[in-house]
Amino acid sequence: MLAYLVRRVGLAVITIWAITIVTFIILQLPPGDFVDAYVAQASAMGTAISAGEAAALRHAYGLDQSVWVQYYKWMAHIVHGEFGQSFEYGRPVTEVIGDRLWLTILLSIGAIIVTWGLALPIGIYSAVRQYSIGDYIFTFIGFVGLAVPNFLLALIIMYVGLRVFNVSVGGLFSSEFQLAPWSWAKVWDLAGHLPVPMLILALAGTAQLVRIMRANLLDELRRPYVVTARARGLSERRVIMKYPVRAALNPFASTIGYLLPYTVSGSVIISVVLSLPTVGPLLLHSLISQDMLLGSTIILMLGVLTVFGTLLSDLLLMWIDPRIRLGQLK
Amino acid sequence: MSATTAENKVAVASQRQLIWWRFRKHKLALVSAFIVAAFYLVAMFADTIAYTEPFDTQSARSYIPPQPITWFDADGHFHPTVNALKGKRDPRTFKLSYAPDPGETRDLVLFGHGYEYRLFGLIPTDIHLLGVSNSRPQDALFLLGTDQLGRDVFSRLVLASRTSLTIGLVGVVMSLVLGVLLGGISGLYGGWIDVVIQRVIEILRSIPTIPLWMGLAAAVPNSWTPQQVYFVITLIISLIGWTELARVVRGRFLALREEDFITAAELAGASQMRIIFKHMVPSFLSHIIAAVSLALPAMIISETTLSFLGLGLRPPAISWGVLLQDAQNLQTLALAPWLLVVALPVIVVILAFNFLGDGLRDAADPYG
Repeated sequence: MLAYLVRRVGLAVITIWAITIVTFIILQLPPGDFVDAYVAQASAMGTAISAGEAAALRHAYGLDQSVWVQYYKWMAHIVHGEFGQSFEYGRPVTEVIGDRLWLTILLSIGAIIVTWGLALPIGIYSAVRQYSIGDYIFTFIGFVGLAVPNFLLALIIMYVGLRVFNVSVGGLFSSEFQLAPWSWAKVWDLAGHLPVPMLILALAGTAQLVRIMRANLLDELRRPYVVTARARGLSERRVIMKYPVRAALNPFASTIGYLLPYTVSGSVIISVVLSLPTVGPLLLHSLISQDMLLGSTIILMLGVLTVFGTLLSDLLLMWIDPRIRLGQLK
Repeated sequence: MSATTAENKVAVASQRQLIWWRFRKHKLALVSAFIVAAFYLVAMFADTIAYTEPFDTQSARSYIPPQPITWFDADGHFHPTVNALKGKRDPRTFKLSYAPDPGETRDLVLFGHGYEYRLFGLIPTDIHLLGVSNSRPQDALFLLGTDQLGRDVFSRLVLASRTSLTIGLVGVVMSLVLGVLLGGISGLYGGWIDVVIQRVIEILRSIPTIPLWMGLAAAVPNSWTPQQVYFVITLIISLIGWTELARVVRGRFLALREEDFITAAELAGASQMRIIFKHMVPSFLSHIIAAVSLALPAMIISETTLSFLGLGLRPPAISWGVLLQDAQNLQTLALAPWLLVVALPVIVVILAFNFLGDGLRDAADPYG
């Protein structure tokens, strides 16, 4: 158990380190360094930055030194929570991101809960009533869910919402709450806007999970112990729910490792389409306007949070599944 | 009697025949194979199937709705026609705009003449699959309407399929090379190399990819030519696909290493290279083909997504993602809902590839 714990935490640390390197590369990719961009931006806004100030900035970020020193300095800043200034907004990056990060997390976790909440009953139904009309319908919806890229789904739902129901599905807040400080009324408003993006985000993952759940449960249902349970006269509900379903549940916990990165990725795209106030549109905008400090900070935060989420779920899995706890399963 | 002959047939059939027989039973996969083939045919003959110069912009023709084809004339004879377009000048703004004129029709002709192009990049011609007779510039054909700049959506859609479908192919080849190489090394040598490669795959799979690829794609300088951008985007999306392929190849290598016929070959003194290419690769080639056909739709989705966000291919290049970018906001969708038609081929081709891949995967293991 301890070995597993050490291995998991170690892997998470290495992953986070890898993410910082990739983020640093992305930060370095555009031609010129970011002080150049900063100076150009400032002079466009009418505030001149002297050569001395620029040199001081370069020195502060170590841009006049080797790449390794630069990486080290950048890391040192980040560890202290200093992500730098956004050129475009002229404010600290963390301030620009603000609530958006929490809304992204809320949306992603919500989507995963919806995925599980839908996949469990549908998976059980599809396996127990194999080849029924319902099974075929769910399989069909599942295939469509897998095949339609989620940004297209968002576009189509937005169009249908506008045309058929005459409602606008975009955004997470009604216009009167957009700039209002947090209050219960605003939370309630958010709760009303969340379900549609959550469902869109959850569809592809649900489709995949249903397929796995159905296949696993079908395998379990053919086992002799199910026949035994039936022969002993257990109620059908008990026969299915008590043992086979529990044995087939494994993918629910074990797939979170890929479900979480997938959902976070998806949230970025559908947020752009549905103009949700998450980090998605901000990331896109910052990348297009080459506001690299803002863009790379968002990429870094999303990556690190995803790794933490996966680690947390793995620890949870260890707590739930005795096979891992006792070290029988790698 | 017939049962035994059937059994005998199975007993002596080659691996390839067994796979084909098993694949044939999967009707949905068979249909999907034809659909995929049709898509690639369209991509090959895209210039012939398109009937309007896809870059030809005319602001006056902006947002013309799709022209319906009338298949039969008043006497019930087969005689496909479309309504001609009539220019109207707005009395207040003096803006000239075209709308279908119900009174006047134009004949639809097969293999008519249109803009000049080179078939397969070689043969200069101006023959197009469809055209309208006696056409003046303003009453060209607009089967799926026009976009904001007055370009024909159908012609652009057909040409976009060429970009989007080949980018998937090139990307899948690149990730196949990476996947087979790293997966093969991992499965063949085992030990610490295997551990390192497996951990790298695990790390790559635990990072949300889209934000990362967005960051990489955004660094492509604006001054690059469409060809350069195409190449880089292909490279970026192929970095997504290789982990899954590597996993499949490694699994196969590990399973085969324990097989009796490999031990027999080793005992007979066959070289390592001979064992790999003569004995191992043929027995998992079909698995790789199946994995590739499942990886392709993911590539197509990636390209479409990146281009849709404005970070992938950029105009003047045309791909499905670039076309969908036009349909990005609600105002445009309310004004010109036909722009959303581009979603249809994307969904169909991805579904077809998924079914085809499923069928191939089942067929790849004829004894399973």
